[in-house]
Amino acid sequence: MLSTLMLGAAEAAHATIFDQWWLGMKDQALAGTLDFWQNIYKEIYQNVLFNNRWLNYFKGMGVTLEVSFFAALFGVMLGMLLAMMRLSHVKPFQKLAGIYVGIIRGTPMLLQVLIINFGLFGSFAIDRVIIGVIACGLNSAAYVSEIIRSGILSVDKGQTEAGRSLGLSSWNTMQLIVFPQALKTSLPALCNEFITLIKETSILAYIALTELTKAGDYIRSKTYSAFTPYIVSGILYLIVTGVLTKLLGKLERRLRQGDNR
Amino acid sequence: MITVKNLHKHFGNLEVLNGIDQHIQPGEKVVIIGPSGSGKSTFLRCLNLLEQPTSGQIFFEGTEITSPKTDIDAIRCRMGMVFQQFNLFPHLSVMDNITLAPITNKLMTKEQAQKRAMELLNRVGLPEKANTFPKQLSGGQQQRIAIVRALAMNPDVMLFDEPTSALDPEMVGEVLEVMKALARDGMTMVVVTHEMGFAREVGDRVLFMDGGVVLEEGTPKEIFETPQNARTQDFLRKVL
Repeated sequence: MLSTLMLGAAEAAHATIFDQWWLGMKDQALAGTLDFWQNIYKEIYQNVLFNNRWLNYFKGMGVTLEVSFFAALFGVMLGMLLAMMRLSHVKPFQKLAGIYVGIIRGTPMLLQVLIINFGLFGSFAIDRVIIGVIACGLNSAAYVSEIIRSGILSVDKGQTEAGRSLGLSSWNTMQLIVFPQALKTSLPALCNEFITLIKETSILAYIALTELTKAGDYIRSKTYSAFTPYIVSGILYLIVTGVLTKLLGKLERRLRQGDNR
Repeated sequence: MITVKNLHKHFGNLEVLNGIDQHIQPGEKVVIIGPSGSGKSTFLRCLNLLEQPTSGQIFFEGTEITSPKTDIDAIRCRMGMVFQQFNLFPHLSVMDNITLAPITNKLMTKEQAQKRAMELLNRVGLPEKANTFPKQLSGGQQQRIAIVRALAMNPDVMLFDEPTSALDPEMVGEVLEVMKALARDGMTMVVVTHEMGFAREVGDRVLFMDGGVVLEEGTPKEIFETPQNARTQDFLRKVL
């Protein structure tokens, strides 16, 4: 049934080379006698090539990247603020940040997303991308704050003392001396967190945001291929996380120029 | 230049400083000696408020620095400090280590600061190290850079907290040479040290501290040759 539908479309005026190949297999496909490689081609044709379906994945990847980027930005900024609050000498700030981190880390992200989507923004017409950025950013901030906090604590106290003894304000000491060193030690853990964040945006499929996972799911709902659409989505996730790992590795090596070479 | 009145410092129940009164004249070289835990480092660190005194007053050039109204950052710009562990900034080059504070505190332009840094690096014999990173240097070189970093602010007084204690023995000499040259130039210096030779040669006044108080003070000759206090005699017998 499905194959017949698609054969019809492929016979239309602007058939590409891929459509031609598919047409060549038409009889075997209808008879159900495709060999192994033909079967693989059939899967790729139906789930990627036909009807420009590959565009769906790339659009989904675009949304995933967009949400991840802004959520990471938001998460890092809020995370830094939370880390500063926890390390400040103001008790209410410490408490507040501690409670926030406790709640976010102690509840499932899916639940957080659902609460933000239906509870907080349920009665507003807001772009789901923005909801995704807020939900993922709020979640990531808790983890980022812990990473940065431990990074700051790992910088020797003598560094702060040296900075302050030179007449630098506590803000300048933090910003120019402690923070760059903390960032260097935190970078591997931060890289990990960014990769986690990219993968966790897939939870947003649950609130019908068509990101990379949902895009694959959409194709599956069209073709009933149980495997291929998800594999394609998976490969695209791997490419994104792989590139990110490479880039952050480069940055890490640059920051390490003060070490023994 | 620095006046200390009835200085006390407690860490919890532990009394580290137990009432210190001192007056340090401009140009004076004060050397503080004493056993570990005697409070000598804590006393030095109180002078630029790296330790907050529990009670008592400290005046620097007429300003009470222990008053909460005082801008301590401005005071610290005029007090250089050198640490036992050097505490150079590992993520910055030697040049940036030296020029960071003068530029950030808007005391000098970048050009002025770099010119001053090169002058000082020449003075300690390390001009070729300007663009290296601290971890590429030996301990003695790092400590000389740390002294330059403090001097780059053109301070009125230099505080030294056991500057040679973390060094390999063969590197102690080069650091002491720099400090002696600084003393000859008339810098006001307060030095906590275990280098008795340095104390004897450079010190105008030696303080012997134990149990959080100054037990005995005097010229190096008085302290080292005719110590009056039994504790001082005991300590000197062990270290000399």
